[in-house]
Amino acid sequence: MTPSESVMKISHLYKSFGNNHVLIDFNFELYKGENVVVLGKSGSGKSVLIKCIIGLLKPDEGTIDVFDQCINDMDDTELDKIRAKVGFLFQSNALYDSMTVRENLEFPLRRHWIEVSQEEVNNMVMEALEDVGLAHTIDMMPIELSGGMRKRIALARTLILKPDIILYDEPTTGLDSITGSEIISLMIEIKKKYNTSSLIISHDMNCVRRASDRVVVLYDGTCYAAGTYAELQHHTDPKVKQFFEQEFKQ
Amino acid sequence: MSNQTRFQAFLSEAGELSRFAARFFAQCFRPRYEVSEFIRQCYIIGYQSLPLVGLTGFIMGLVLTLQLRPSMVDYGVESQLPAIVGIAIVREIGPVITALIFAGKIGSSIGAELGSMKVTEQIDAMEVSGTNPFKYLVVTRVMAAVCMLPILSVLSDAISLYGAYLGVNVRGATSFHLFWVEVIDSLAFNDVLPAFIKTFFFGFAVGIIGCFKGYNSKKGTEGVGHSANSAVVLSSVVIFILDLLAVQITDLLGFN
Repeated sequence: MTPSESVMKISHLYKSFGNNHVLIDFNFELYKGENVVVLGKSGSGKSVLIKCIIGLLKPDEGTIDVFDQCINDMDDTELDKIRAKVGFLFQSNALYDSMTVRENLEFPLRRHWIEVSQEEVNNMVMEALEDVGLAHTIDMMPIELSGGMRKRIALARTLILKPDIILYDEPTTGLDSITGSEIISLMIEIKKKYNTSSLIISHDMNCVRRASDRVVVLYDGTCYAAGTYAELQHHTDPKVKQFFEQEFKQ
Repeated sequence: MSNQTRFQAFLSEAGELSRFAARFFAQCFRPRYEVSEFIRQCYIIGYQSLPLVGLTGFIMGLVLTLQLRPSMVDYGVESQLPAIVGIAIVREIGPVITALIFAGKIGSSIGAELGSMKVTEQIDAMEVSGTNPFKYLVVTRVMAAVCMLPILSVLSDAISLYGAYLGVNVRGATSFHLFWVEVIDSLAFNDVLPAFIKTFFFGFAVGIIGCFKGYNSKKGTEGVGHSANSAVVLSSVVIFILDLLAVQITDLLGFN
């Protein structure tokens, strides 16, 4: 795959919480149709990074451009237009407990003021559910679903607006290895089917190996190393090597 | 924790709560209006609280009458029982007890629901889905609490007075018509209006404190429990403080 058009560019990003400097001069670019995994230890600032990208956290310094538009100083209306094109899969799935699967999937459609008839809404919901293989759960409540099913439904909700970019926050965390593997396969299928660009936050090396076109190592708040999985696997720097040695031990 | 630190924490929380309330007023008049969610909340907060409020109101009226009766008999003013009970329920006991029951049921429920949504990132998910979570979750719930508590309070007063009627008839024989004539005759406009108005403030206090505690819940299930618990405790204390202020203000305005 030849990366071409840039869909997201992060320049000189800084984010601190008091004296805890989480992101320090972080730079990164995501191209159309590629899957990039941001690899880092727990607490290294991976989740903070994608929350800055989606506008849930404001960076202290630096710029984040999504589709050539700087999101830093956008008001809520402008930000919502960008968010309609960027899907976000939360680590905890964040399904609304009080709503059925159908209502969970309809929620982003209705809230983003997308003018579609009820019939079209039904078709879009069914299509998203079929993509994740859970069409039969349409009238169930999230509490009735297993962890893996909830993750798939959350993915279906992310897909419903046909986003150009998908941000995955630790998509396999809390799942057993088989279910985690199924989720990774699903992410790869989605990329092929919709030609989405994805930014995947993970420390699961199976996910990194299978889902990534490119890997970025986040260390000490900065983009410490970048390259393909194969390139980084043979990296000589001990800070990079530790991630891959850990996989070998597993 | 030293007393000074506790006091600082108290002031800090009071400041945060005031800012939260100011944000509510800033957002509640601006579109987009979440009408369907507001109606859903009115149903949950109002209609679903009615059985509990009605039951406690009924028992309160009945017990109050039974407790007052021996003293009234001793003083030879047993015939004044409907009037005394009526004034006590409408002016003070009805609104305050209803608000306390409301705080226990609704304050804890809002605190736990929003706290749970916060720790499971549902509030963030709402924001990502093009929704202003403050408007959708907080404004609708506080508005529903403000609108529903006065209605519940009036219904509770009525049920309470019916309980009082049964209480009067446990050892006496007063007709339903006579009981109500006695109660209505004893009540003046000055008794009803301030009591009704203060329930709006009680409703606001329960709604805003429940939302504040839930919305600012710390991570983890322990935090959710703490939010629910502290929402009830703080709402109950604030209800008594508001009641005290209401009595002083009505006194100052010559309503007493």
